Amino acid sequence: MSTRKFGAPIKRNIDPRLLTGRGAFTDDINLPGVLHAAFVRSPFARARINGIDTSIAEQAEGVVAVYTCDNIGHLDIELPLLIPHPSMTKARTQRPLARGDVYYVGQTVAMVVAVDRYVAEDAAALVDVDYDPLDVELDLEQAIEDGAPLVHPTHPNNIAADFTQVSGDPEAAFAEAEHVTRIRVQVDRSTAAAMECRTVAARYDATRGELTVWDGTQAPLGVRGGLASIFGMDEDKVRVIAPDVGGGFGQKVMFPYPDELLVPHAAIQLGRPVKYIEDRRENFIGSNQERTQIHEIELFAKKTGEVIALRDNFLHDTGAFIPYGIAVAQVASTSIAGPYRIPNIHVRFRAVYTPTVPVTPYRGCGRPQACFAIERAMDQLAEELGIDRFEIRRRNLIRDEDFPYTREGLLFADGLRVKLDSGQYLKALDMARDAIGWNEFAAMQSRAADEGKSLGLGLAYYVEGTGLGPYEGGHVKIHPITGKVYVNTGLTSQGQGHDTVFAQIVSDQLGVKVEDVIVVEGDTGTFEWGVATFASRAAVVSGNAIHKTAVKVREQTIKAAANMLEADPLQVVLSDGYAEVPGTNRRVSLAAVATATNPLRYAFNSAAQAATQFASASRHDGPPLIDGQHPGLEATDYFSPECATWAYGVHAAIVEVDRETCRVDVKKYICIHDCGNMINPVIVDGQVMGGFAQGIGGALYERIEYDTDGNPTNANFVDFLIPYATEVPAIEISHLETPSPLNPLGVKGVGEAGCIAVGATLASGIEDALRPMGGAKFHKTPITPSMIFEAMAKA
Amino acid sequence: MSRHEHLERSIPSTSSDPTAEVTVTINGVTLTRQVSTRMLLSDFIRHGLRLTGTHVGCEHGVCGACTIMIDGRAARSCLTFAVQADGAEIRTIESEEKDDGTLSALQQAFQECHGLQCGYCTPGMIMNIRSHFDSGEELDLSDDGIRELISGNLCRCTGYANIVKAVRRAAELTGRA
Amino acid sequence: MAAAGDELRMWRNFQRRARFFRPDVGECRVKPPLFDYLVARSSDEAIRLLSDNPGAMILAGGQSLIPAMNFRLASPSALIDISRIAALKSIDIVDGNVRVGAAVKHRDLEQSDAAFAVNPLMRTALHYVAHVPIRNRGTTVGSLCHADAAAEMPMILLLSDGWVMAEGPNGQRKIPAAEFFEFHMTTTREADEMIVSATFPALPSGAGYAFAEFARRKGDYAVAAVGAILECDLDGRVAAARLAACGIASRPIRLFDVEASLVGANLSDAEIDAAGELAKEAVTAPDDANATTAYRQHLLASLTRRVIREASEKVRKG
Repeated sequence: MSTRKFGAPIKRNIDPRLLTGRGAFTDDINLPGVLHAAFVRSPFARARINGIDTSIAEQAEGVVAVYTCDNIGHLDIELPLLIPHPSMTKARTQRPLARGDVYYVGQTVAMVVAVDRYVAEDAAALVDVDYDPLDVELDLEQAIEDGAPLVHPTHPNNIAADFTQVSGDPEAAFAEAEHVTRIRVQVDRSTAAAMECRTVAARYDATRGELTVWDGTQAPLGVRGGLASIFGMDEDKVRVIAPDVGGGFGQKVMFPYPDELLVPHAAIQLGRPVKYIEDRRENFIGSNQERTQIHEIELFAKKTGEVIALRDNFLHDTGAFIPYGIAVAQVASTSIAGPYRIPNIHVRFRAVYTPTVPVTPYRGCGRPQACFAIERAMDQLAEELGIDRFEIRRRNLIRDEDFPYTREGLLFADGLRVKLDSGQYLKALDMARDAIGWNEFAAMQSRAADEGKSLGLGLAYYVEGTGLGPYEGGHVKIHPITGKVYVNTGLTSQGQGHDTVFAQIVSDQLGVKVEDVIVVEGDTGTFEWGVATFASRAAVVSGNAIHKTAVKVREQTIKAAANMLEADPLQVVLSDGYAEVPGTNRRVSLAAVATATNPLRYAFNSAAQAATQFASASRHDGPPLIDGQHPGLEATDYFSPECATWAYGVHAAIVEVDRETCRVDVKKYICIHDCGNMINPVIVDGQVMGGFAQGIGGALYERIEYDTDGNPTNANFVDFLIPYATEVPAIEISHLETPSPLNPLGVKGVGEAGCIAVGATLASGIEDALRPMGGAKFHKTPITPSMIFEAMAKA
Repeated sequence: MSRHEHLERSIPSTSSDPTAEVTVTINGVTLTRQVSTRMLLSDFIRHGLRLTGTHVGCEHGVCGACTIMIDGRAARSCLTFAVQADGAEIRTIESEEKDDGTLSALQQAFQECHGLQCGYCTPGMIMNIRSHFDSGEELDLSDDGIRELISGNLCRCTGYANIVKAVRRAAELTGRA
Repeated sequence: MAAAGDELRMWRNFQRRARFFRPDVGECRVKPPLFDYLVARSSDEAIRLLSDNPGAMILAGGQSLIPAMNFRLASPSALIDISRIAALKSIDIVDGNVRVGAAVKHRDLEQSDAAFAVNPLMRTALHYVAHVPIRNRGTTVGSLCHADAAAEMPMILLLSDGWVMAEGPNGQRKIPAAEFFEFHMTTTREADEMIVSATFPALPSGAGYAFAEFARRKGDYAVAAVGAILECDLDGRVAAARLAACGIASRPIRLFDVEASLVGANLSDAEIDAAGELAKEAVTAPDDANATTAYRQHLLASLTRRVIREASEKVRKG
């Protein structure tokens, strides 16, 4: 048996292709005769459309078609509400092209199709739209006041959803509290900003009635379902392929965006392939965003620091529409108690319509906001009670013996119980304290103060519900000619390295090299059962489905090989692409086993000769394929988790605040992280580091700015500050591996881990650094130099 | 739609933009093409020459995904018109692999160090680093030095730490460290 | 010159069309509009083409112009490419000063030892201009003509008491930096003129110099940047001081009050602190996403103190 691949730092299979420029992203795919789409978008946050004149644009040379709501037939509908929930009434979703009203700057009003993108953009400027602008209110707290301008007249006070969840008996516990800490915190809006914007290309084969769509999506099966349903086509006539996708981070799990319907529509109508490659500014004003929440959180504690109840009341900005339901707010509300043993919880949120880009998940999906609220509140409680910040957490963390710890009454975003399934929360805290050097820090801080430097230590703990259902599948097949193993699943990768971790899982079962396992994802033509890539779920859900499937194929292989080798199945070992009986010269390649299990009429190679009808080993006393048997070595299976599995971690940092420039210099940043068993530690670290960098962005740099009229004012990479390498500090990561009891591989998700606690950690550190200068609070991210200056100036 | 609608449509294949003749040497191959005068070099390379390894991330010069080498220096292909490249020598990611199909030291280092995830920024990142390696300048292989070297190329996946490692590893592999 | 109140109002109005933000942001474009592409083989030809093509613009490196065109914030009728004019590609030491041709790339100027020997502030500041791939294509004169209020090189030209040479149908004229930068992205160049060169004078013999900048990210436009040139007499007292800043007003500006306060000073901590306080008054930029006015004042004071200290350490006395 070769060395176990699960847990090994294996190099990625996909890299050589991406490194040599052979990646095939949507815009790289050669579609002869392709036409290009560009959109006319609303320049107003809220307006009535009096009329749209496309006549001049239609006449422009090179223009093939101009679409408005009036000539898209069955597409002129309100798009589906993807995740219904009873807390919403008459949930509003947008139309592919605006009819009557526009609700945010960037909303699609018309689509121009032309010979190239240059001409399409020329013509888009010639579409004349007559708008009557309407009043808007951008401030979340103002928007819910009586008399505030409404985004949708159907929704008084702009309330899209109002939802309360309760665990335990909070009312009783509130009365028993000896100390109450209250803070108001705010996390501002950001965006995924994947390096590849969204993309969609479509080709319609009229002869076969087949539509093929290449879509830079996280949810090709979802897109297929949407297309089949809205176009009234059979699902097997719609093939959606997510080719190489340049990052997703949640923005690309939303579907259908208007272009995902309109581009296929144009391809069908025009009889030519059509593509739409979103540009960067469109990505800022047309593709969904996330984050703004304002929490009023209260901790009800004993004098000892033990928190006996938590009440949180928050506003969630859902933008102009709520197509993804309350998912983001629900994740925030069910993560609000973090890793703590708080038995009584009352959490209410109101989702508020604002005339801005719609809000759907971005990496973190409510978790960074919840973490920011609870962790800033814990720091505040510690300060008020005179307990140190590690100690207050230690007194409240869920203990090892408490697992699984269920928060009765709270339902997570999958509609299932919040059950923190496993962990070593106290050990992780201790590791963080040692790694950041808590014991030496006070001395270090005071030495720095003597030199006029403001040094602070920041700390935050987070939990992450990962691996949501409903399910994913796996298909594993040993190829009879090459002996390579083909693996399919229904979700898709945007750079996470699925092709390698899934290959590792299969490699362990079948004894083949990792590079001989070919993972094909994201093509509804190859595997059509499953959901999508989101919520840190691929390794958990698809990983376990593929594992279960690989176990089945292993059994088939051993059984067939034992037959060929005339051995007891228990003696057969799969190793290096062979089935063999150790200690003998009896071995047969997996290709030959796969071939032998497939009764053949034609011998297309020498191995195949042995499987033909007149070969010596062939059966002549019955059907070559016994009833109930299938040819080849192949299986399909599924994994459906009973509920989410909860990863967690601790971040700590030492920061220096430069009083001259108000710059935050992160001197040291450590992360203790536990996502259960790690399939590939290098890839896990990569996920954490990447999430961390986005966390740095959210903590210190990135904020979507709107003016009071609802114009986005920094919808470009000059003004929206994504950190370069020079802005991202080094991070030291240590792992615990507490297996999840909820799945055979014992894994938990890691995709979002890195970003969740960074804002809370740095706010904690900056506050600590400036404590001697007046004790200003940092209850809002991103934290800008101006905010730091203001805090110092107040002192 | 009517079954005969397509018969009534005459769909053009190319725009009627004014064009100019451009001769470039790209990855060692000299060729001449007619291009629209307003075509960005990034579009010319990707769609005109079908060298799609060069990616486009912002088209306003900030993200660096479209970075190529023009006359030996790193440049943003989205901030250059194809006509401006007339007579220029261009290198793209497609030149990086060795003739025998093996990865260059830089590419190997990126794979070894897990310096890429989605791979979208990677070609631009590598061409920028390549220009520094080839310039003969002394490489500052401290963490800060490498971060400064790759600052100007946005990556949204890796958090950069592994790219920093990859640059250092590539310097080792090429005897620069 | 506009009064402070007027300037603030103009600035606020201007912000609505500054850089990449404009009110009609809903209209997304990233491909440039049509234009005639004209290659000039000489300065004379370029100037003739400029006169013959109303609405034409000069294309040198294009690193500011092309993004503006991609966003269709600029729609020149024609681009006159001067990057192939050999005469404009040279860096010359003329009368002891550095003359930079209109087609000289930032990176070439940055790497020019001859230029560095005459005026080291250029290399110091160029290091802060975007990133190397942009400096490889962008030209210094182009940056001066673009005249972003937060750009480094216009401030260095002003600080160094330099000038540009404008050439039009009626010949050449020298425009001192102090008269060239009118407003954010606006200069006193006439529409039919081309800036053929910029001259950065040598630093006074024995002068100390320094440059300091703060930007949110490496390579971004400055939130604030300051440069200083100090000369001292034999007693160590400041004999002459020049300071300039960018990012804090609608154009690069000299910090005259700070300069005046420093002459005769022996640069005690108190004097330096006072100079920093004086610098604050120069900030006229209103609050924006990167900085409030109050923070910018604080920052400018800090950077001013820093450059005075650094420059004084480099002074060769007397």
